[in-house]
This record gives sequence, structure tokens and C-alpha cells, in this order.
Amino acid sequence: MKLQRRTFLASVSAASAVMAAPPVLGQARPRVVVIGGGSGGGTVARYIAKDSDGAVDVTLIEPTKRYYTCYFSNLYLGGFWGYDALGHGYEGIAAAGVNVVHDWAIGVDRDARTVTLASGASVPYDKLVVAPGIDFVDNAVPGWDVTKQSLMPHAYKSGTQVQLLKNQIENMRDGGTFCMVAPPNPYRCPPGPGERVSMVAHMLSESNPTAKILVVDPKENFSKQALFEEGWAKHYPGMVTRIGPDFGGANVEVRPDAMEVVIDGQVEKVDVCNVIPAQKAGKIAELAGLTNDAGWAPVTPSDMRSTMDENVFVLGDAAQQGAMPKSGFSANSQAKVVANVVRGELTGSRIFPARYSNTCWSLIATDDGVKVGASYEAGENQIESVSSFISQTGEEADLRRQTYEESIGWYNGIVADIFG
Amino acid sequence: MKGQFLSISLCIGALLAPTSAFAQAIAIGDAEAGADVYRRECASCHQIGEGATHRIGPHLNHIFDRGAASHDDFRYSGALERQGRDGLTWDLRRLHAYIENPRALVSGTRMSYRGLKDEERRSDLIAYLRVFSDQPQNIPEAAPTALRPEIELSPEILAIVGDVEYGEYLSQECATCHQRSGANEGIPGIVGWPEEDFVVAMHAYKEKLRPHEVMQTIAARLGEEEIAALAAYFAELDE
Ligand SMILES: Cc1cc2nc3c(=O)[nH]c(=O)nc-3n(C[C@H](O)[C@H](O)[C@H](O)COP(=O)(O)OP(=O)(O)OC[C@H]3O[C@@H](n4cnc5c(N)ncnc54)[C@H](O)[C@@H]3O)c2cc1C
Ligand code: HEC
Ligand code: HEC
Repeated sequence: MKLQRRTFLASVSAASAVMAAPPVLGQARPRVVVIGGGSGGGTVARYIAKDSDGAVDVTLIEPTKRYYTCYFSNLYLGGFWGYDALGHGYEGIAAAGVNVVHDWAIGVDRDARTVTLASGASVPYDKLVVAPGIDFVDNAVPGWDVTKQSLMPHAYKSGTQVQLLKNQIENMRDGGTFCMVAPPNPYRCPPGPGERVSMVAHMLSESNPTAKILVVDPKENFSKQALFEEGWAKHYPGMVTRIGPDFGGANVEVRPDAMEVVIDGQVEKVDVCNVIPAQKAGKIAELAGLTNDAGWAPVTPSDMRSTMDENVFVLGDAAQQGAMPKSGFSANSQAKVVANVVRGELTGSRIFPARYSNTCWSLIATDDGVKVGASYEAGENQIESVSSFISQTGEEADLRRQTYEESIGWYNGIVADIFG
Repeated sequence: MKGQFLSISLCIGALLAPTSAFAQAIAIGDAEAGADVYRRECASCHQIGEGATHRIGPHLNHIFDRGAASHDDFRYSGALERQGRDGLTWDLRRLHAYIENPRALVSGTRMSYRGLKDEERRSDLIAYLRVFSDQPQNIPEAAPTALRPEIELSPEILAIVGDVEYGEYLSQECATCHQRSGANEGIPGIVGWPEEDFVVAMHAYKEKLRPHEVMQTIAARLGEEEIAALAAYFAELDE
């Protein structure tokens, strides 16, 4: 079947409301619409607006009024970071000249070059940037779907889920079991589940030291594995058990109402269960006809342009670009490349070759931080890693503390860079 | 003394595994001449020898192969402490680099000393410092890779006029960690530096003379033009 270019949701395809046309200054200003005001979308909107000095009309569509970062949400679980400190408003992005519209995008008509909002409005664009993050694959973990997320939280998207999870762990019975169902590749933030296990272990070792952590993981190995396993043995001896695919970790079903996890046919009773399902690009990317069979939106490595439409760019977690991990850092890095290209194409400003990079820090215990990072460049078919580094096992405590302090510097740096 | 320390010169080109552009002979120098350099250049702030104590700067006994900023009873700058934690050790190469231009190796150092450019006098001075370290004769042999001299940038590199607009684009990579406001919250601020110091610092990361894997990885793919562009752009931003 050929890809359908018209991808409205049926219920709103009749909507005819059109947003106020942009001011016409001799010639109308070129219009950029950004869907999703997270790490990628927030950055691209602000950079295009601030660097084009009003020459480009930028609209950012984002349903929530405050963005709560997933990064450092594990530190919130561990008691190292406040919930409020995870939240960031859109004032700084608006102050850069971006028209921030708090609504959902529910359809994209790529022929007419318009985006339809839940309110019924239709927003025209010359260039569209799609950065909706992730959604969960239906039925990835049998027994679980989003209607069960208050019984078995995922806490893997921005917002209140992580508060719920923290609350459940705090109220767990003495000696109870916290279970994590880890996702298969690819998923956002490769070291995220390992960091979460560390932070939950930290929390439990203080308040509920006889509690156990059970990790059910479909993957042979996981990001920063040696560092995490060394840290768990050192700081939380005997607390963490991981069941990999060789012991049935890939064959798991959950029963949220009974608080049971079935691993390879074996029923385990658990007290708190964090289900992190398999992931795909945020729904709107699929509705816009930008995704492939794998559920992700393929892009050209040199500029994150959708391979399906030259006027559309996809960045951040939703994109299938190659070697970069799905992280806030990556999304922010890709956004700068897109901002440079979009601005260049619309205003004639200079376009420079793409440069991508990423570093992901994780906290294992108090003052015990580790990191992994790399530089990337555009290869012929995908983004490729050019050089990389990772923290080593057995590092001095001082270095680990410094790494943790750097991660705080990075957090403050990236949110200032995204939200202004 | 003279006979003992005079002209222990090594041709280190042969010791370095891959022939590096930086490979060149280092003369260990004349400790007696170095004593004089020390009195003129360093003694106002540092003590050395039996009974030496910390003054404006820490005492310099046993400085060779010591970790930077490793005297617990001396208050160092955050910058030197950070590099000490990163693994900066006072071997021959680092001492040369630090004494030649303290800010180029440790930009935020509190040692307000303009630097000693004359390589021969520096070698003499270092030979003198070695007298007060354990087994000083072992030092170059124990760490042959440490014998690369400090980063020496050609006048052509320092003369490159940075393309500020390109620098602004390149700086976006940096802004994920280094705030444009110049704030220093776990990651140092880098705005408003003299361009030359910035260029030297970035080349020092590129050559892995300065420790820190994140910065070494970032600098590794920056060319001379790009470093100049960044230096020009960041120099213009004020805190
Ligand atoms: C526990 C955890 C820890 C993490 N730690 C780190 C870390 O330490 N470092 C790091 O770099 N990354 C980390 N990440 C990953 C990081 O959060 C994501 O990779 C990053 O947020 C991706 O950015 P994005 O812009 O693609 O998506 P998001 O930041 O998720 O933004 C997507 C936005 O789009 C909006 N949206 C979705 N659909 C629509 C629609 N139809 N219309 C309008 N708006 C829409 C959403 O509301 C959301 O605000 C972590 C993630 C988790 C879960
Ligand atoms: C104006 C005072 C001053 C002068 C002159 C000076 N220093 Fe320093 N030196 C300091 C201070 C202060 C520090 C601590 C720097 C810091 O913490 O950043 C220091 C640090 C050092 C260190 C690092 C010590 C450590 O424990 O890590 C060395 C090595 C050093 N100086 C060598 C020299 C030499 C050699 C000279 C002469 C060429 C010299 N200094 C001249 C003030 C001075
Ligand atoms: C992933 C985070 C990160 C990024 C991105 C980054 N840096 Fe750094 N940078 C650091 C850290 C951490 C340090 C402190 C190193 C140390 O402790 O020795 C540092 C140190 C520096 C210093 C020395 C500061 C001092 O006071 O001595 C300079 C100069 C610098 N960076 C320039 C840059 C430039 C230019 C870029 C962009 C091309 C960049 N950095 C990108 C993390 C980063």
C-alpha cells in the first residue's frame, strides 16, 4: 500500500477553523510549526525564533503547561532531587518569540501543509518539526495497558507517574518486593532502568532494608551493566536480582489486579511493579504517516529530515536515526542541527554541517555518578558514532563525586538551553 | 651538584611509540642554574627544602609525580582541585606546561604567575625542583609517555581569525553543558576568556594533555579553524 499523505483523524477531518494568518510584512513570514515541546521540540522552537530575530513565524504545539523532565526523575525517586525542580514552564520559549499553543496535534495534512489541533484549529506550515517523544507498543507486556498504569506505573513519560511510583514504593510493606519489567531495545534512555533500580535500592536501603528488587529483563545485557552491577553489589548487597532472557526474562506477563508477575510460567507475587513497555514513536508521527514498520520515523542522517517528506523533520526519541541513544541530550543536539537547516532554508542564513553529541550521566548511590558519551556524525545512511567514552569500574570516590556534580551542572545547563 | 644533574638529556623521540608531532628532545637542565631561576620566579610564593611550609602557594617538596592539589592542608582553587581529581599529576610534561603558562593548563588556577616562556630556564628550574623529590632520577624513565613537551601552538594557529558566526553555531554543542550566562554550577563557565587562552585550552584537550574524557572527546573533532571560531564567539559573550 502506498503511504497515505492525508492522515487526519476521521472525527476532525471536517474541522475548518483556521488560525489567524501571520502578519504580512511585504511577504508573509515563513512558518514553522513544531509538534511537542519537550527536549527536542522546545530546543528547536526557541533556537529558530531567537536566531531568526522574528524573520520566521514559529508555533509550538504542546498540551502541557509545564514540562517535567524524565531526566533526574530517578534522582527524585532516590530523594536527591525535588519534584518541583523537575518542572519547567514555557515562558522563556515564548519570550524568544515562539507562539506557544497548549493543545494536542491530532492530525497532519502533508499535502495541504497544515496541522490540526484537538480544538479543531488548523495551523499552516512551510516546515514542520515533529518531536512527540515516545508511546508504548500495544500489548508489549501481556496483561498491561495504559488503563493499568495506576496499578503498575510505567513512570517513563514526563509527569505525575513518577510521583505515583515513589508513593507506592514508600508505602510498600517491610520486606516487600519491587519488580521492574524492563523494556526491549530500542527505548528512551538506555541507562534509565539501571539508574532507576539504583535509586529505588537507595531509597529502600534506608527505609525498608529487607525489601527486594526483582528486575525482569528481555535483554541479554544492558547499558552501563558492569558499572551498575558493581555499584549494586557494593552499595546494596543482596538486594537486586535480575532475570535475563536465559531465565525467561523475555517471557513475561503481568496481572495488575492481583499484583502478580508471571515469568516463564512461574507466578511471582510482588508489592510494587514498574512496567516499562516496548516503545515506538509518539502516536502523532504515525498519524502523520512518518513511521515505518518498526514504529519509528526514519530520517536522513545529515539533517533529521523525514525520509517521507522533505518539508518535515523528526527529532528526538521518535526518530530512527542510527547510533544515537534516545536521550534528552541527543534530542537537544539534533534540534540544533534542525534549527540551523530550517532557518537556512527559510531565510538564507548559513547552513553548517551537522554535529551531534551525547553524554548520559547516571547516579548509582550518594555521590557515585557515572557517565557514558560519544560524538556522532552523519554517515551515508545513518548517524554513526565517531568516538566514545564510558566511566570505568573501580574508579576513585572523588572522581565519582565529581561526575555526579557535573551531572547537576549538565541538568542546569540543558534546561536553560531548552527553556531559556 | 652540578655533575649530578648537568645535561641528563634524553632524546625522547625514540621513546615515544608513535612518532608524534610533539616529539622532540627535552633537556633535563642544570639544577644549579635552576636554583637561581627559582629564587627569582617562585620563592616569593613557594618554599622548598627542609622545613618548607605552605605560603601563598603550597610547598614544592616531593612535587614530582604528585597529584595536583593533593595537600589537604592547603586551600587550592576549585579549578586545580577539579583537575587533580581528574588525574592531573605533576610529571615532567605537566610541570613544563604549568610553569610555562599556568592558565593554559589550569584556566581557573589561583597561581597568578604570568609564566616562564624560556624553555632552557624552565628546564633548569625543573631540574632544581627534582632535587627535592624522591628518586628524581627515575622520573622521566618511569613515565616515558609523560615526556612530551607541553602544547606548543604555532603562531599560525594562534593567528587564525575566528569566524564568529560559525563559532556561534558550534557553541550550541557546548551550551548543553556550559551555560551562556557563564554560570558555574558543577561545570565551569567559559565565557569572556581571552581568545588565546581559550585556543590553548582547547588544543590541550584535543591533544589529551588536559585530563577529562568529555572535553577530550568534544575537542577531538574540532579543527584549528573551529577552535578559533569558538574562541572568538565565547570571548564576545560576557558573564
Ligand atoms: C527515567 C528516565 C531517565 C532519563 N534520564 C535521562 C538522562 O539522564 N539524560 C538524558 O539525556 N535523557 C534522559 N532520559 C530520556 C529523555 O527524557 C528523552 O530521551 C527525551 O525527553 C526525548 O526528547 P523528545 O523531545 O524526543 O521527547 P519528550 O521530551 O518526551 O517530549 C515530547 C513532547 O511532545 C508532546 N506531545 C506528544 N504528542 C503530542 C501531540 N500529539 N501534540 C502535541 N504535543 C505532543 C509531549 O507532551 C511532550 O512534552 C530519561 C528518560 C527517562 C524515562
Ligand atoms: C604569586 C604567587 C606564586 C608564584 C610567583 C608562583 N606560584 Fe606556584 N602556586 C601559587 C598558588 C597560589 C598555587 C595554588 C594554585 C591553585 O590552587 O590554583 C600554586 C601552585 C603551584 C603548583 C601546584 C602545586 C600542587 O600542590 O598542586 C606548582 C607545581 C607551582 N605552583 C609551581 C610554581 C613554580 C615552579 C613557580 C615559579 C616558576 C611558581 N609556582 C610561582 C602561587 C605562586
Ligand atoms: C557534556 C558536557 C560538556 C560539553 C557538551 C562541553 N563541555 Fe567543556 N567542560 C565540561 C566539563 C565537565 C568541564 C570541566 C572539566 C574538568 O573538570 O577538568 C569542561 C571544561 C571546559 C573548559 C575548561 C574550563 C576551565 O575552567 O578550565 C573549556 C575551555 C571548555 N570546557 C570548552 C568547551 C567547548 C568550547 C565546548 C563546545 C565545543 C564544550 N566545552 C562542550 C563539559 C562539557
